Amino acid sequence: MPNEVTISSIIINDYERVLTEWLKVQSAEGVKRTDLVSGKESEQQSRDLLSAMAKAMPKEATDDNLDLAEPGWEPVRDALETIAENRTQRGVSTTEMGWFIGALKQPLFKILQGEIGEKPRILMREIWNVTRLIDQISLHAIETLVSKREAIIERQRAEMTEVAAPVVKIWDSIVTVPLIGTLDSFRAQTVMENLLDAIVQWEAEVAIIDITGVSTVDTMVAQHLLKTAAAVRLMGAECVICGISPKIAQTVVNLGVELPNIVTRVDLESGLAYAFERVGVIAGRG
Amino acid sequence: MTLKTPSDVAFARQAAARAMGAIGASAIKTTKFVTAVSEIARNAVIYGRGGVISFTQTGPSGRQSVIAVCTDRGPGIEDISAAIADGYSTGKSLGLGLGGAKRLVDRFEITSSSRQGTKVTLECGPR
Repeated sequence: MPNEVTISSIIINDYERVLTEWLKVQSAEGVKRTDLVSGKESEQQSRDLLSAMAKAMPKEATDDNLDLAEPGWEPVRDALETIAENRTQRGVSTTEMGWFIGALKQPLFKILQGEIGEKPRILMREIWNVTRLIDQISLHAIETLVSKREAIIERQRAEMTEVAAPVVKIWDSIVTVPLIGTLDSFRAQTVMENLLDAIVQWEAEVAIIDITGVSTVDTMVAQHLLKTAAAVRLMGAECVICGISPKIAQTVVNLGVELPNIVTRVDLESGLAYAFERVGVIAGRG
Repeated sequence: MTLKTPSDVAFARQAAARAMGAIGASAIKTTKFVTAVSEIARNAVIYGRGGVISFTQTGPSGRQSVIAVCTDRGPGIEDISAAIADGYSTGKSLGLGLGGAKRLVDRFEITSSSRQGTKVTLECGPR
């Protein structure tokens, strides 16, 4: 009696046939995305994943005890990692990623049917095993893809936080920080730290916070501004908040927020004029 | 849309601005409404253990207004009139959010119970 036909035996012995069929289904299902991933790369990725599966299969269970977290499946997880990395950078969607792996079912079903079509009980068992295995791999791939994307988003957020608080010295003893976008607690903290450091570094007497680019000043933003201004004052410098538009002014008044002991100006120009006056610079025209 | 993290609050603000844009509201009304939404949404995230906010348009065309309904499943507010009063906060904030939001919009309703959480309704016209 020949060896029993299982998914492992098919993938290991009929490797080339499975691969060819898989690539065919990929193009038929339109999941190849030749615009994002070249045919050659797609083939290489499919080949890598299939080899990894063939490597893992003799050692690991593909039946009810299937567990992709077992150490034997490591080559498969590594291959998925590489593929997900490559495809995230190209902008492949999670659906396409799922289909890419899901397309492997059809060739496996086909071969199973050809080999053990006359033994329905074994056929059913193997079809179930294939489905479970491919679904698990597919889910793992999607999860990897999503976590790669989350990592990218987190990195961009960190980058944004960094660029969003550049403290510049615009004159002797005068520093300014233009705020842009949303001032959440984390960024407010960054801004405060950068500003206080700059005051020490450049021996500043006046710190200008320009909020022209902040679209909403609610109580939390106001509280952050108050705290920053208080810290600046403790350092012996004076804080000027400028860039308060008429609508922001009215909104802040309606909110009931008061900004005691803080100098405010309508725009950066008048803020700077005030700062010049404080540090004794005479600005003339012509 | 769901409110869970501070970035959801930013997202709610953008949605509020879009809704006001859709009814052709003035810049000042938009800013006021967006700020009120920001306060209410942040309360839901910080004190209400997260919640949901939705925006609808109502009224005859030309005089439409935007209604924002924000609900959370938090512990509720024990004394609503105290919470609306300026300077009251159970956290470390300024304590102006609820009262401020009330002053910023045309209609403000709040109901709260320890079992069903807090529901805040904000309505704001175009002018």
